[in-house]
Amino acid sequence: MKVAVLFSGGKDSALALHKAMEKEEVVCLISIISENEESYMFHVPNIWITKLQAESIGLPLIQKITKGKKEIELRDLKSAIKQAVDEYNIEGVVTGAVESVYQAIRVQKICNSMKLWCFNPLWKKDQVELLNETLELGFSTIISGIFAYPLNKTWLGKKIDKDMITNLVELRDKYKISPSGEGGEIETTVLNAPFFKKKIKILKHEIIAENNSGVFKIKEAKLARK
Amino acid sequence: MILIVDMTSKKESLGYYEFVLPIAKIVKRFDKYDIKPYLKVPSLNLEKYSKIILSGACLRNSPRDIKNFKWLKTYKKPVLGICAGMQTISTVFGSSLIQCMEIGMKQVKTKKENILFSGKFKAFELHNYSIIPSQKIDVLAISRNCVQAIKIKDRPLYGVLFHPEVRNIEIIENFIKIT
Repeated sequence: MKVAVLFSGGKDSALALHKAMEKEEVVCLISIISENEESYMFHVPNIWITKLQAESIGLPLIQKITKGKKEIELRDLKSAIKQAVDEYNIEGVVTGAVESVYQAIRVQKICNSMKLWCFNPLWKKDQVELLNETLELGFSTIISGIFAYPLNKTWLGKKIDKDMITNLVELRDKYKISPSGEGGEIETTVLNAPFFKKKIKILKHEIIAENNSGVFKIKEAKLARK
Repeated sequence: MILIVDMTSKKESLGYYEFVLPIAKIVKRFDKYDIKPYLKVPSLNLEKYSKIILSGACLRNSPRDIKNFKWLKTYKKPVLGICAGMQTISTVFGSSLIQCMEIGMKQVKTKKENILFSGKFKAFELHNYSIIPSQKIDVLAISRNCVQAIKIKDRPLYGVLFHPEVRNIEIIENFIKIT
C-alpha cells in the first residue's frame, strides 16, 4: 500500500516513518509548517529542516504553511493529504501520534472522509521504550525545544543518549514530566537515522531560552557523509 | 495465559502496533499472553488460555467473515471483543451490523449492571459500524447513537465498541480479573 507519513522531523514521526517503511511503501512525506508557535497539531522548532531530511531519505516532501489556528490547520492538512493523493496515489496516511487523542481523532476523521487508511504505529507506546528504540535503531536526535520546569537551556542541542533517558525518567518520577515530551515538555530534531542516506550537519545555531522555555534554532545546516 | 487475537488485516501490519500492542501493554501487568492473527485461531488449542481478547482494527478494515469465528459458539471461557471484536462476536450470535460512525471521545451510559463498568463515562470511539442486537445478546451500554457494549446471554462473552485500551483501561483490568 502506498502511504504518506506526516513528518515533523522529530523522533516520533521519524520512528513512525521507520515502521511504515518496514511494512508498507512510503511514497512521500507531508510537513505542515505552523506560523503559530502554540500549534495544537504540529511540531514547531526547526520544521524547515524536514526539507533536508526528506532529501537525505530520498522521498518527496509536501510542505504546507498554515496560520496555525485550530480548525484552519486541519483544512490545510486535508489539502496537503489531497495533494499526496493526487500526485502520489496514496491510499493511507501514517502519523507519529503516541498519546494525543486530539491529534489522532482529527487525522482519523480526515482520512475517513477521504476513504484513506490511517495508521498510528506508535499509539500508546511506552515512552521510555520509544526513546530506547530510537537509540537501538541508531537515531541521532537532539533536543530542539524545552517547555517545562525544571528543564533549562543546558538541555538544548544535546543528543539523546542512555544517560539522558535515565535523567528524563528521574524527572518523570519527580516532576511528572513525560519522558518523550508527550505533554509538549520537549521537542526533538532527528539528524541521522538508518534510513538517512546522509546525516544532517548543523553549521549555525542559536539558543533562545528564558527560564524553563527555549528552543535550539538550527540556522544553517547541510547534508554530510555518514 | 491470555490470548490476544489480532483482528487487523495482515500479520503484524501497521494496524498491529496500534490496535494489538496497546492491549498487550495492559495485559502484561497481570498475566502472560500470546498474540495470534485471527485466521490462525481455529487451528489453535484454546484450552491453554484462561481468557481471550479480540482486538479492534482500522476503520478501513472490512467486517470479518464470521466463518473464521465458529469457535466462539463453543468456547466456554471469558472473551472480550473490542470494536471489530465486539462486532464479530455480535454477528456470530445472530446480530447484524449497522452504519454508525463515531470518532473521538463520546459519552457512554451503562444500561445493564455488569462486572466490567458502571455509570456514565467518556470513551474513545473509532468505528463506522455498530450492531442491531439479536435475541441472544444483552445490551450493557449505549452512546447517543450506537450500542456500545454487549454480553452474550448466559455466556461470559463480552464486547465493547469503544477502545478501553486508549481510555478506561480499568475495563480491560476488570476483564482480566474475572475468575
